[in-house]
Amino acid sequence: MTDIAATAPAHGHDHAHDDHDHKPGFFVRWFMSTNHKDIGTLYLIFAIIAGIVGGVMSGMMRLELAEPGIQYLHGWAQFFDPAAGDTQAKHFWNVLITAHGLIMIFFMVMPAMIGGFGNWFVPLMIGAPDMAFPRMNNISYWLTTVAFVMLVASMFFPGGSGLGAGTGWTLYAPLSTSGSVGPAVDMAIFSVHLAGAASILGAINFITTIFNMRAPGMTLHKMPLFVWSVLVTAFLLLLALPVLAAAITMLLTDRNFGTTFYDATGGGDPVLYQHLFWFFGHPEVYIMILPGFGIVSQVISTFSRKPVFGYLGMAYAMVAIGVVGFIVWAHHMFTVGMSVNLKMYFTAATMVIAVPTGIKIFSWIATMWGGSLSFKTPMVWALGFIFMFTVGGVTGVVLANGGVDTNLHDTYYVVAHFHYVLSLGAVFSLFSGFYYWFPKMSGRMYSEVLGQLHFWIFFIGVNILFFPQHFLGQQGMPRRYPDYAEAFTYWHHISSIGYAIMAVGMFFFFLNLVYAFVAGKKAADNPWGEGATTLEWTLSSPPPFHQFNELPRIA
Amino acid sequence: MKSLKTLGIAAALSLGAMGAGHAQAPAAAPAAAPAATTMATPAPAAPDAAATMPAPATTTAAVPAGDATYVPMKPTPGVGQPVDGGINFQPQVSPVGETAYTFNHYILLPVITVISLLVLGLLLWVVVRYRAAANPVPSKTTHNTFIEVIWTAIPVLILAVIAVPSIRLLAQQYEPPKKDALTIKVTGYQWYWGYAYPDQGIGEYVSKMLTEDQAETAGEPYHLAVDNRMVVPVGKQVKLIITGADVIHSFAVPALWTKMDAVPGRANETTFTVDKPGVYYGQCSELCGVDHGYMPIAVEALPMDKWKAWVRSKGGNPDPQAAAPAAAAPAPAGPVPAATVTPAATTEPAPAAAPAAAPAAKN
Ligand code: HEM
Ligand SMILES: [Cu+2]
Ligand SMILES: [Cu+2]
Repeated sequence: MTDIAATAPAHGHDHAHDDHDHKPGFFVRWFMSTNHKDIGTLYLIFAIIAGIVGGVMSGMMRLELAEPGIQYLHGWAQFFDPAAGDTQAKHFWNVLITAHGLIMIFFMVMPAMIGGFGNWFVPLMIGAPDMAFPRMNNISYWLTTVAFVMLVASMFFPGGSGLGAGTGWTLYAPLSTSGSVGPAVDMAIFSVHLAGAASILGAINFITTIFNMRAPGMTLHKMPLFVWSVLVTAFLLLLALPVLAAAITMLLTDRNFGTTFYDATGGGDPVLYQHLFWFFGHPEVYIMILPGFGIVSQVISTFSRKPVFGYLGMAYAMVAIGVVGFIVWAHHMFTVGMSVNLKMYFTAATMVIAVPTGIKIFSWIATMWGGSLSFKTPMVWALGFIFMFTVGGVTGVVLANGGVDTNLHDTYYVVAHFHYVLSLGAVFSLFSGFYYWFPKMSGRMYSEVLGQLHFWIFFIGVNILFFPQHFLGQQGMPRRYPDYAEAFTYWHHISSIGYAIMAVGMFFFFLNLVYAFVAGKKAADNPWGEGATTLEWTLSSPPPFHQFNELPRIA
Repeated sequence: MKSLKTLGIAAALSLGAMGAGHAQAPAAAPAAAPAATTMATPAPAAPDAAATMPAPATTTAAVPAGDATYVPMKPTPGVGQPVDGGINFQPQVSPVGETAYTFNHYILLPVITVISLLVLGLLLWVVVRYRAAANPVPSKTTHNTFIEVIWTAIPVLILAVIAVPSIRLLAQQYEPPKKDALTIKVTGYQWYWGYAYPDQGIGEYVSKMLTEDQAETAGEPYHLAVDNRMVVPVGKQVKLIITGADVIHSFAVPALWTKMDAVPGRANETTFTVDKPGVYYGQCSELCGVDHGYMPIAVEALPMDKWKAWVRSKGGNPDPQAAAPAAAAPAPAGPVPAATVTPAATTEPAPAAAPAAAPAAKN
């Protein structure tokens, strides 16, 4: 991937300054879009909005958890249902965790990583004029939107003991079947169906694009690592999501048509649902993090002015993670009551994943080793990513031990673990990518000062927010609790203070966006200098509406 | 002596049944198990069989029936419950807990700390040493087979070192229960727990969270304290048969390193042995609806003689071996017991509390 830029014709320039880009009118451009960059932009805006919604929900949860006792839930529940009492208030808590989890996963991280950056930069990086199936791309986007609306709408419909679906994002049967009467859970399931269908279509699109539309000379082994990461992710989506679709379809039929797939009284088994769910669910966590790996590889290489160390090892480590990711699912189910041999297998298999993950971490460091590092905003986010992901990763190794997980399963230790890899890992890589490509996408520079402020405040905030949750978990604090014994107060309180600090960091992010669009300097075609070697930097900023009408040739 | 094992469904991994959806036989009702004769598991050749156990025969002889009365024990601060600002695991009071804690504390924790600090140190080093000002001309190195082999091989070795004690811990947890283990049937309900001692003839009684005022009066921590505890003898292995009545719950006691899901239609088995008298709290650990956060667990471990007194106070017989096998009447597969099973129930036969029994009855 290193020698791409050298020979790429820089013909973006020709187009950049002519206004005859054949842009359609506003409505057609944004509502019937078939342009991969416009769809990418739509996805990014969508993800930011969903992130705000999911983030506000997490703020509500942290506010409620700041003190023991229930302070705010009644008021919030009454917003949806003026007659809400104790039960509805507690139900609303479960609605919050459910919506927060689903939104952050399906409507924030995935759309931003794959729909946003994937759409924007996969075609640019492989020298393609667009995605293989532009209309299908548009369908994916709108299905995602409808799915999100469906999920938010479910909060206004009865879901058992109150309004909304209170099953957790895992939708475990029988809580999600006989345990929750009313349309809310059907709507939440349907929302996941739509989001899943959108992702499957997107995955087909990416696989086809990457296999068939690479510019002449762009062999698989010359593809930038971000493209590799999206390719592996697309395969994971394609293989995992149909299983989820089947699992939740059976939830729907159990709920509505009298089947008993997950009901022991009819010969079914609730644990079957968990196997199917986590067969999807574990690959899902790699779906969320692999594109982040790709982004971080690009950013580290760019700001070290050095090609990625061990390119092939990096690419195949992702493939290995993807493959092994499919055979470790039951580590999420260590307490369902499984045989000792099964538990030993899943313990061992899970630990194996640490090896390719370690290869990635060390290769990033080796990429910087001997480099000439500059610490622009994207780079500090990438550095933050490496450390946060390492912390989240090593607690994963602890949890992989079935015998240790007996104590930690479903406690705040797990909440800390997955927020370190998601809320700190995936989100750090998202911010890294956002700052990295913002000049390219918008044609404007963000403020470096605000970007650094954003990073440092956010970094401090999230660590105060999530690190103490390891302590809570070890002390025995279970997850999905709206209230807790007095002895958990101290760390919960600290954790909520961390949230407030993080929120200040986010203020600088939005300020930076406003600054960039109002007063940001015009971005050069390649604002990052010689380290940025991938094809998108050979184009204008922003790139022409249609690029690579004449395919670049890669040596 | 610690063992967990799934009863009922032959293999926990029931994907085989997936295709048909209905192919799987309903779990054997745990209620079918209580007869004293069903402990068919061969006694493990555990060398520590009698180590921690008071000799039951002498104890019984020493305590005249009906003499000792049961008074709920006060919890010890810092034991069996969280402490404010605490960062570590709760002190472990069972052999498995001690093994697991030692494994985590002396192997896992140092390993993950060292790895995290190593990565942090390397990051700081490259940031300082290779910043543009200090190293204006980047090298072009992109490969070094030796170092790549090293950073693949060393993690493999570390994981191998972790895997050995990890697998051993699992083996210890899964040792088959001893023949004389005390069987307690645990049922998770929305939103309370039901406990039954089939061998002692203690029918299912219900364990619910105390209100804030009640907890304060009792001098116990609110959110953790319950009205009727699970009471077990110190040093004797306890075997739990766990099921769920409505949705999935999870029976968890951190100080005993115990957590097992209560799944409707399944009878999960787990064991623990408490080494020290005391009250050990836990909380439901699987989302089960609105009051998931309000169905705590309290296990009270008493010396054998006091435990026997407790059994008698519940109207049970602490020495089932002495009684005729007939005492353990066959458990009729009854309907799901209502929440009204009174704790005061006398020597009624162990109710087939398991909702799991329902399908059996149906088929
Ligand atoms: C940065 C701010 C965030 C905060 C303060 C936050 C806070 C929380 C809280 C309080 C819970 C509920 C924990 C419980 O009671 O069990 C939770 C659950 C969860 N969060 Fe976050 N979160 C944040 C970001 C994220 C992100 C970025 C993701 C994913 C990409 C995420 C994924 C999840 C998931 C999957 C759950 C589990 C939901 C469930 O239990 O069903 N969170 N979060
Ligand atoms: Cu997993
Ligand atoms: Cu629960």
